[in-house]
Amino acid sequence: MKHPLLAFLLLVALALPARAQDALTAALEGLGTGFNQTAEAVDRLGASGDPRALPLLRALTEGRLLRRADGTLLIRGEAGVIEALAGAPAEAAEASPVRLNNRVRVALRGALGRLQLLSPDAAERQAAADAVFRSRSADNVAVLETALGRETVPAIRDRLLLALAASRLMASDLADKMAGIAALGASASPEARAVLLEMRGANPGLAAQIDEAVAAVDRRLAIRRAAETVFQGLSLGSVLLLAALGLAVTFGVMGVINMAHGEFVMLGAYTTFIVQEALRTIPALQPWSLPLAVPIAFLVTAACGAALERGLIRHLYGRPLETLLMTFGVGMMIQQAVRLAFGAQNREIISPAWMQGTLMLPGGVAVTQNRLWILVFSLVVLGLTVAAIRLTRFGLEMRAVTQKRAIAASMGIRTGRVDALTFAFGSGIAGIAGVALSQIDNVSPNLGTGYIIDSFLVVVFGGVGSLAGTLVGAFGLGTINKILEPWAGAVLAKVFVLVAVMLFIQRKPRGLFAQKGRAADA
Amino acid sequence: MSLAVLPAAPDARLRLGLRAGLGLFILLLAVMPLLNLLPVSHPLHVSDFLVSITGKWICYAILALSLDLAWGYAGILSLGHGAFFALGGYAMGMHLMRLIGPRGSYGHPILPDFMVFLGYQELPWYWLGFDSFPFAMLMVLLVPGTLALVVGWLSFRSRITGVYLSILTQAMTFALMLAFFRNDMGFGGNNGFTDFKELLGQPLNTTAMRSGLFYASLLALVLSFLLCLRITRSKYGRVLTAIRDAESRVRFLGYDTTRHKLFAFVLSAMLAGVAGALYVPQVGIINPGEFSPANSIEAVIWVAVGGRGTLVGAVLGAFTVNGLKTWLTSAAPDLWLFVLGGLFVLVTLFLPKGLIGLAKGRTK
Amino acid sequence: MIHRMPITRRAALAGLGTVLATPAIRPSFAQSAPIKVGVLHSLSGTMAISETALRDTVLMMVEAQNAAGGILGRRLEAVVVDPASNWPLFAEKARELLAVSKVDVTFGCWTSVSRKSVLPVYEELNGLLFYPVQYEGEEESKNIFYTGAAPNQQAIPAVEYLLSADGGEAKRIALLGTDYVYPRTTNRILRNFLISKGIPESDIMEEYTPFGHSDWQGIVSRVKRFAGEGKKTAIVSTINGDANVPFYRELGNQGIKAEDIPSVAFSVGEEELAGIDARPLVGHLAAWNYFMSVESPVNTQFKALWQSYIKNPRRVTNDPMEATYTGFKMWAQAVAKAGTTSVDAVRTAMIGQKVDAPCGYTEEMHANHHLSKPVMIGEIQADGQFNIVWKTPTAIPAENWSPFIPENANRRRG
Repeated sequence: MKHPLLAFLLLVALALPARAQDALTAALEGLGTGFNQTAEAVDRLGASGDPRALPLLRALTEGRLLRRADGTLLIRGEAGVIEALAGAPAEAAEASPVRLNNRVRVALRGALGRLQLLSPDAAERQAAADAVFRSRSADNVAVLETALGRETVPAIRDRLLLALAASRLMASDLADKMAGIAALGASASPEARAVLLEMRGANPGLAAQIDEAVAAVDRRLAIRRAAETVFQGLSLGSVLLLAALGLAVTFGVMGVINMAHGEFVMLGAYTTFIVQEALRTIPALQPWSLPLAVPIAFLVTAACGAALERGLIRHLYGRPLETLLMTFGVGMMIQQAVRLAFGAQNREIISPAWMQGTLMLPGGVAVTQNRLWILVFSLVVLGLTVAAIRLTRFGLEMRAVTQKRAIAASMGIRTGRVDALTFAFGSGIAGIAGVALSQIDNVSPNLGTGYIIDSFLVVVFGGVGSLAGTLVGAFGLGTINKILEPWAGAVLAKVFVLVAVMLFIQRKPRGLFAQKGRAADA
Repeated sequence: MSLAVLPAAPDARLRLGLRAGLGLFILLLAVMPLLNLLPVSHPLHVSDFLVSITGKWICYAILALSLDLAWGYAGILSLGHGAFFALGGYAMGMHLMRLIGPRGSYGHPILPDFMVFLGYQELPWYWLGFDSFPFAMLMVLLVPGTLALVVGWLSFRSRITGVYLSILTQAMTFALMLAFFRNDMGFGGNNGFTDFKELLGQPLNTTAMRSGLFYASLLALVLSFLLCLRITRSKYGRVLTAIRDAESRVRFLGYDTTRHKLFAFVLSAMLAGVAGALYVPQVGIINPGEFSPANSIEAVIWVAVGGRGTLVGAVLGAFTVNGLKTWLTSAAPDLWLFVLGGLFVLVTLFLPKGLIGLAKGRTK
Repeated sequence: MIHRMPITRRAALAGLGTVLATPAIRPSFAQSAPIKVGVLHSLSGTMAISETALRDTVLMMVEAQNAAGGILGRRLEAVVVDPASNWPLFAEKARELLAVSKVDVTFGCWTSVSRKSVLPVYEELNGLLFYPVQYEGEEESKNIFYTGAAPNQQAIPAVEYLLSADGGEAKRIALLGTDYVYPRTTNRILRNFLISKGIPESDIMEEYTPFGHSDWQGIVSRVKRFAGEGKKTAIVSTINGDANVPFYRELGNQGIKAEDIPSVAFSVGEEELAGIDARPLVGHLAAWNYFMSVESPVNTQFKALWQSYIKNPRRVTNDPMEATYTGFKMWAQAVAKAGTTSVDAVRTAMIGQKVDAPCGYTEEMHANHHLSKPVMIGEIQADGQFNIVWKTPTAIPAENWSPFIPENANRRRG
């Protein structure tokens, strides 16, 4: 008597997961046969709420899900290939990866979001909340309420609440909808605004409430957008500052017009590339290739600068216009040499993870990480430059030589050496700028040409010989440019800035921070 | 800056030699289209290609002359002369576009092709009048001249000199380039103007027309040369040279240096405009690339290579550098930038007076 | 200018010898003068980045053709010049190639303005130019063969895809482009096309930037705002060459995922992606007539030939290279058929030529001097290659005079 009962119980116990397994297997139907079938299967997996679908969906996202000709789905993992769901080791021969398109990706994001809402990993939950918010379906209300009940992290709670509001807006119940509108209207999220506008057409009866909520969001967004525009301006300014800083030294302090300055920036970017390639063999150092490239680029371009100064420019002191023409020729040669050595194509610079993506500043102002770092970096480089000129022996000698060469020489300063070092210093800064610019621009032989005119204008606008002027000039021009851009378009904004600077220089030929006294008459 | 590197005037024997050389050279140029008419097998035959490219170089020589007047004599190093050249070219180009008439591929009686496919309904106001040749020629002079007048007046009045002026004029041509690249300007954007059909009732792609343009350019070169010679030999020219060498001193002597410089600058811009206007029908295209700052710097380099402060030098430089460029872009397409860049370096380092200076060194 | 052929390349060339239509005899060229092939691509300046690969492609084809016995028993000789991304210089160099070097055919140009600059020269001196890049159409010269796509072979199918269920049913379109004639014309065509599909003017955004634009912050955030109006939005990009890398970087950094705002580009190929980290861009689209990832026997040979010629097993191929390859082979066939390199005879022989192109389709030269081509939509993958998500079942003929430009109705014929 006992045995059959036991057997029966055992059967039930086994059959329960087996039935769930069956449901999951049924949900897989068609996955990998076509984009539409795959998307539908993913939707079914998400709706199942079964956490066992997670590894499969993750594998699909990462391109590790394979499908054999007989329809068996396999997952390629670190340990080898296993059968999806069953987990048994399998043979990957004749299996090809299941392909994705954007439709499948949208489905995947929603499905993964639903399944990960209760994940123990906070980052995963946060991503899940965003994903569920984007997929906005009334079916998610229950899941979201459960998740909200458990969630303790405030930032994730906020996102869950938004997601819940959006899902409620999709529901059929009027009170639910009103609650959703109110919650979305209380946010300062552009996505919430988009959801509200999207639902406006479907709910003509609620148009007035929705408009009011959108207006409320807009009011909050206006300040944030202004802040973002200012950041964009500062970011453009920081690029100008980096490009112009080396010139502020070579042109501003020494009076040498170096038309090959842009090429030094380009050499800095290529040094970054070389350092990155050299470190490919040393995985431990790879994430640090960018910071490591900074001193190396400084040294490389400083050496090039010193060679240029000692070899050529030194013979042309007192003839700035000839220097201009000569360095133009040098620039042509450097550019072509790089083109022949590295090819005319762009070179790939990998951004480290900490320079990718967007950072949320307090107040919800979104800034891109790479530009934020470059902004910080430009200020650090400026600070170091000022320190080098103000605080070091070299800086002292440099100032002495530029102010009164003969007297400096009579005091025992080796003026030739100081000239070479100053020029090398300015060129080295150009190289550092190249490291930073490799993160936002093409690393190609033409990299430098785009910056040379802007750099000269920044230096002249700010006041030749004044680093403070270069700082204010760069950030000022960058910000004005970005404020004008939405009205005038990218091209006209730049033309306006150029004309404005030209007119300004007519009124104040010595720039914003004019140098007084003898040095100004050079 | 840049004081006393230049001779006040080359000595008489050299001057005579240079003049004779230039006269011979111009005579040589003048017979080129005639030699072109000889049968191809004839040893003295000059190819179509050589004639057309020489016509282009003559225009460059006029540009070099105009630049030499401003830089070599008045000490105004303009890095924006390409802009005046291009504006003259655009004025001519607008005339040529209007002359296409209904022969464009859309058959519109008035609008050029690019306006048709960009959806223009009528001609922008600033295109009016360009169907008339005299009006267009007037604009060839007036547009660059006016721009030079405004920029020059503002800058010279504020006593902006030397490298500051260079940077300013560079910014000017850069701003114009960006503006002309915009299709909304109504100047054809990046493509500019092309596919010209005729000028003064004559089709452009005939040997006769090509010779005509060649001689027109040559005449313009000779006249510009004589004009510049006249100016630089006059009292005004001597004041100009004095301003170049010591502006403050001349001002303290009671001369209105602003006005002197302005005259030279405006005249120079107009000459550049003429060069551009003659250039466009010969190369068959004008587009914003002509405004690129590198082009203007290159023109300055022609003058430097030939020898600034001597009119013969400017002409010589334009022919030498452009001849080299044409030859090398075919003979050594990967290496020509090294040769040209190296030439610029060597000339500025070792030949501050350019190739003419080399000749001068000989005679001494 | 012909590269000497090292022994290691023989294997690949032997393989190609069978592909090429000419008999695979060992070249023992007679005394007759070589056939001259002009190469008019910028090797310096801003366009060198795109055009140097095309120069190499032509040189590769010349070498391969010579290894296979040349054409008509005559050796091919490449004449390379550098027009230096300078448009008047293009006209000068074209004249030099035709009048001085006396080339029998020219492969060259990338930008429309360079083609417009040399067009009068080719018409005046009756030369033959093969132009291998997708362009805005609105042109047809008897002296030019256009082996790249016309707008109906690239832009319109791509936008149709965006509007379809698979492409995400976009309702709002941002047209971003570099300010020159190709994007302007293409966007005008697309605007009229979108309106014909029922998309109102207010749901179309159009913005232009200068060449080499590198600061995309403002525009990308404006696109984000444009997309935040509650309708599915997509970007159609006619951004040219160099400006794409900073654009995509900004797109990635501002967190625009292809799932939210897909973008389809007409000027971004494998070469452009080789310069960036493609991982943040997975899912964004490009429309071309060829992708390196196409699986066809001809493509396998083409890729092997290229990588062995350039001595770099990682060098990519792209659409304009494929168009150069196809154009070259068609020209070789036409010369063989005409029995002469005379321009008029070759021009007549060109019409109706068919070539099994690396894109896996047979392309045919039509009387309008344009090729029939298949259209493919590819999704960017993490490795910088494209995953083809859609393609036309057959090669479609070119409409170089677009029906979406109303003025074409009263265009002069001939």
